[in-house]
Amino acid sequence: MTTMEPKIQLIDVHKRFGKKVVLDGLSLTVGKGESVVVIGGSGTGKSVMLKSVLGLLTPEKGSIKVDGEEVIGLGLSDRERVMKKFGMLFQGGALFDSLKVWENVAFGLIQGHKMDRNKARDIAFEKLAQVGLGAEVGELWPSELSGGMQKRVGLARAIAASPEIIFFDEPTTGLDPIMADVINNLIVKCVKELGASALSITHDMASARKIADRIAMIYKGKIIWDGSVAEIDKAENPYVDQFIHGRAEGPIKMEVKV
Amino acid sequence: MLDFVTTIGRVIISFLVATGRLALFTLNALFHLATPPFYPRLIAKQMIDIGYYSLPVVGLTTIFSGMVLALQSYTGFARFAAEGAVSTVVVLSMTRELGPVLAGLMVAGRIGAAMAAEIGTMRVTEQIDALVTLSTNPMKYLVVPRILAGLTMLPILVLVGDIIGVFGGYIISIYKLGFNPATYLTKTYDYLEFMDVFSGLVKASVFGFIISLMGCYNGYNSKGGAQGVGAATTNAVVSASILILIFNYIITELFFAR
Ligand SMILES: Nc1ncnc2c1ncn2[C@@H]1O[C@H](COP(=O)(O)OP(=O)(O)OP(=O)(O)O)[C@@H](O)[C@H]1O
Ligand SMILES: [Mg+2]
Repeated sequence: MTTMEPKIQLIDVHKRFGKKVVLDGLSLTVGKGESVVVIGGSGTGKSVMLKSVLGLLTPEKGSIKVDGEEVIGLGLSDRERVMKKFGMLFQGGALFDSLKVWENVAFGLIQGHKMDRNKARDIAFEKLAQVGLGAEVGELWPSELSGGMQKRVGLARAIAASPEIIFFDEPTTGLDPIMADVINNLIVKCVKELGASALSITHDMASARKIADRIAMIYKGKIIWDGSVAEIDKAENPYVDQFIHGRAEGPIKMEVKV
Repeated sequence: MLDFVTTIGRVIISFLVATGRLALFTLNALFHLATPPFYPRLIAKQMIDIGYYSLPVVGLTTIFSGMVLALQSYTGFARFAAEGAVSTVVVLSMTRELGPVLAGLMVAGRIGAAMAAEIGTMRVTEQIDALVTLSTNPMKYLVVPRILAGLTMLPILVLVGDIIGVFGGYIISIYKLGFNPATYLTKTYDYLEFMDVFSGLVKASVFGFIISLMGCYNGYNSKGGAQGVGAATTNAVVSASILILIFNYIITELFFAR
């Protein structure tokens, strides 16, 4: 377990959709300035976990604290204040298709932080450059970009306002291995240089090893293993072992008919 | 028998739930309408979309309605040798009923559908969630500008439509039915009262509110990908059209029933 001051604490969080239980008593802590990566099978509730912290979904039970403040059931203005601490990269990008690429990146600066448009524009182009996108891309519309480019714009938007906490939902999915490594470095840089706390989700073990201080594995709505990167290969947990080696045989059964 | 009762009960309950949700959404929208921040750029954009770009549709509908109105009332009144009443019938029907109702229905098809599709797509691609994470209230950013634009632009559209419709009737009366232009115009003015036009504009404003509200509400609550967005679009147009006809009766009753 971490000995740092906690930035985010999820304690016994339960979330279900109708009869389907997705989070079933999930607990996880992210320390200040720490980078935690959550791994786990598809459909196990990783995105739901992030959205619960952001208040986009409301858990039925449990507690979620950000800087020690309970955020479940926050009022409107408190929610907006807490949101200013966050940057989020959505799994599907979620770019605003009615706005140009640079306006997407500058959105949080202009709307959330009331920054002057021109100044925000300069920062937007700077962030785009950091994710390997040139100035000409900034003037395009999101629909004119490839999937991987959209992902990188989403990333630039998430870090544009230099948030204290960054959530990355599968930051390297859909990128080539070289660009994936550039993005990994960028995430590491955000955490190290800005002192941000990061909670990332990935299926990409190479990426996880690179960006994580700590890795947690989610299975059936709970964190079943949690440890440092160095420990994961020695983890005597059959679930973790199966996952990081990507074996079809093991305790995790995929519900498929062959 | 019991099955039948259960079904009825279920229908009534789901109707009440839907009404309650719509009422809450409406109150929420009105609350945000009255509290800052406001987005003048977005309001202006919506006003142009609704007001300016609907002019051709509204103009075409009203001019042909005015024309047909002159033809039909002439045929009718000729049987009582009361052809002189044509101008009055045209102007009263246009300002009190046809202007607002036709413009309302046409704009519901044009704008209500577009609003539901746009906001619905933003919902299912997580763009609305992204707005929240960027400290922007989607009610203020998406819903309020559309409602304000509907509320203010429909009366202007209807006023223009009224004039075009009366002009349509005038053309037919003069060039086809052989009325004297000066007498026709004098009669048009003489029998027209302020309340006739004013009630029509009040109707228009209410219809504009209904169109934007139904477009936003259905889009905002759409789920389940492209199919869900399609359903939201249909619901927006159908529910707005029905509500327009219902409120048309209610407002007429309020203004003119003694
Ligand atoms: N809005 C929703 N309504 C109903 N069910 C949902 C909703 N969102 C997620 N779920 C369900 O919750 C479960 C977890 O979804 P989630 O998106 O968190 O998976 P994930 O772990 O992020 O998977 P992946 O790695 O494929 O992205 C899924 O079974 C999904 O069907
Ligand atoms: Mg996911």
